[in-house]
Amino acid sequence: MSYDFWIILTGALVASSCALLGCFLILRKMAMIGDAISHAVLPGIVIAFLVSGSRASVPMLIGAAVIGVITTFLIELVSKKAKMQNDAAIGLVFTFLFAVGIILLTVFADKMDLDADCVLHGEILFVPLDLFSTGTFIDFFPRKVLILCCVFWVVILALLFGYKGFVITTFDPFYAVSVGISAAIWHYVLMTLVSIVTVVSFESVGAILVVAFLVVPAATAYLMTDNLKYMLLISVGVGVLSSILGYVIATALDSSIPGAMTVALGGIFLIVFLAAPKYGVFGKRFFMKKKSDEKLKNANV
Amino acid sequence: MKELLEFLSLSNANVRFVVLGVVLLGASTAVVGCFTFLRKKSLVGDAVAHSVLPGICLAFIFTQVKNPLVLLLGAFISGWLSILSIDIINKKSRLKADTAIAIVLSVFFGIGIMLLGYIQSTGNAAQAGVDRFLFGQAAALVGNDVLVLGIVCVILMLSVWLLFKEFKILSFDAEFAQSLGFPVRTIEFILSTLTVLAIAVGIQAVGVVMMAAMLITPAAAARYWTNKLSVMILLAAIFGSLSGLFGSYISYTAPKMPTGPWIIIAITFIAFISMSFAPERGFYAKWYRKKQKVKSTMDENLLKVFFHLGESQNDLNQSRTLTELQERRYFSENLMRASLKRLARKSLVQPNNSEWQLSEKGIVEAKRIAKLHRLWEMYMSTFLKIPPDHVHEGAESLEHFFTPQLEAMLEEELNFPQTDPHDKPIPYNKTAANEL
Repeated sequence: MSYDFWIILTGALVASSCALLGCFLILRKMAMIGDAISHAVLPGIVIAFLVSGSRASVPMLIGAAVIGVITTFLIELVSKKAKMQNDAAIGLVFTFLFAVGIILLTVFADKMDLDADCVLHGEILFVPLDLFSTGTFIDFFPRKVLILCCVFWVVILALLFGYKGFVITTFDPFYAVSVGISAAIWHYVLMTLVSIVTVVSFESVGAILVVAFLVVPAATAYLMTDNLKYMLLISVGVGVLSSILGYVIATALDSSIPGAMTVALGGIFLIVFLAAPKYGVFGKRFFMKKKSDEKLKNANV
Repeated sequence: MKELLEFLSLSNANVRFVVLGVVLLGASTAVVGCFTFLRKKSLVGDAVAHSVLPGICLAFIFTQVKNPLVLLLGAFISGWLSILSIDIINKKSRLKADTAIAIVLSVFFGIGIMLLGYIQSTGNAAQAGVDRFLFGQAAALVGNDVLVLGIVCVILMLSVWLLFKEFKILSFDAEFAQSLGFPVRTIEFILSTLTVLAIAVGIQAVGVVMMAAMLITPAAAARYWTNKLSVMILLAAIFGSLSGLFGSYISYTAPKMPTGPWIIIAITFIAFISMSFAPERGFYAKWYRKKQKVKSTMDENLLKVFFHLGESQNDLNQSRTLTELQERRYFSENLMRASLKRLARKSLVQPNNSEWQLSEKGIVEAKRIAKLHRLWEMYMSTFLKIPPDHVHEGAESLEHFFTPQLEAMLEEELNFPQTDPHDKPIPYNKTAANEL
């Protein structure tokens, strides 16, 4: 398998895992919490690195899950207990955690092969070079691709088994509570998944661009359908398509791959935003016109 | 200590530039941030901060020089475009505001990262330093940068001072402003422009992510201390510049340390102190008030027990043992002892051997509380038509929240009834002597 394929596959896996979770994030009006978590995992990553002494995946994932839950918890604490308005609470908490992460990175710079650049850009270029050395057929796959695959399946399984819970707590939390489904538990499950996906993706696409993969495919799909299942499928499609397109753009311009993937995402979003059949800016006009034409026709008959 | 003095004396020209720049920046972004905070648009500030990156990169690609003014212009334009895009997505589609912000933030930033990658791959010698916009490096501020910073800060402060009334009314009640004939769109435009300007100028000192905190956190912290906008702005400016000072001091003593994150640590610390200890709105003050209320409620309930015992035996002056009180209404012994001690301190009760007795003052107070309870029961059954067997619960909690004015109004409204819905006499203090 070629070098290009692995990179595109990495992008597609990141995009798909993010897109699936992103659908629930935007439906819950929590897009900015996704942004907050993607910044806030930084200290978790650094601390996990310092404790375990390596970039091994298990401590990282634990660190991420813990810090993700802490972030949501802190935001809730500040906005509920100290009565700060929600948007400011989000801004305050994630900038603080990010600052702590950057400072830790600087202090322990000589102890770790992780720097601020990696946080921003990710190292998707090196993904195909980082192989296992177990002597079995596993060596054939890049390490990151395998990990991303696992996480992707975790997300899929979580959504399959928890579909009902996620859906009910998303659309009607009060009803959920009345039939004995804890909105809080599903909230924290979602946050944990988001943090895990963020941490795994961050090494390949960079912390901040994870936000793009979380929000943009989901938002694009949201403009195209009213059916949640279709929305999930479309968002994955958009994610995969943009990682292919992004890779093409990046090689053509010799530029940052995750950056180009985001640009592709933005482009797809723009097209859908303008032309989506029912909810696009121009599509809406067309749709309305067709509808009123039909009405007129029916009236004449 | 010596380092601190050296730092504060500003004898080193470099230090002077950095300190001046960061303090000015901290103050002026905090001032603008107050308005974005009050308009609940704090996260738009975050989006703008991320979105200036492509503008900076494009300005650099076109001019190939690192002129602070040119870069500022590029940052300004793309920052403005991002605000516009958020607005359009918000208005023209069914996506919610937060999604719109997240989309614009990440896509603009992605474009920026792509352009940055392109600049780095061209290997231009002057490119070193364009990426310092990401994390900021206040220590690298030179004379020119500080001059631009200073000019922008003066513009910001002056505009806020001149348009204070307009900004204020826009932040608190935009619809009212519109109805008064204020040009709301224009004021909004100016305010957004100032916000973008503040962010664009601050990026190179503190970096993209930290910029959001410079905007949000000082305002959020200041809000805890006051309800007055002018005081809030002043406080936010002080908080902003203090943390700027702290951040640049850390960078001065440890040159490898990035300035931005330390500024954020300082300002978050200030915010934490504010939300914990500010009088009125602070967490601790609220907790303390609640605790006091629990105590005074307990005291009032105990006085009422004295009254009820006295009423049933027609002798309010009788001393009571703890068990006697507990039999009437159960409180744990510890709670009762603590409460009696407080009441004794206010000389409402007095100890009598191992028993307790209401004082003259205590009788008056106990009657007042019993009266409030019964009056309130009366009110609920007369005006709210609640059946008499349901009124006790409500009265039990509300009797502790009456002010003297409310008390007088209630008496008047009910026209001084003699009995409550359960036909118990209402103990007015004026007639106390005659009745008992």
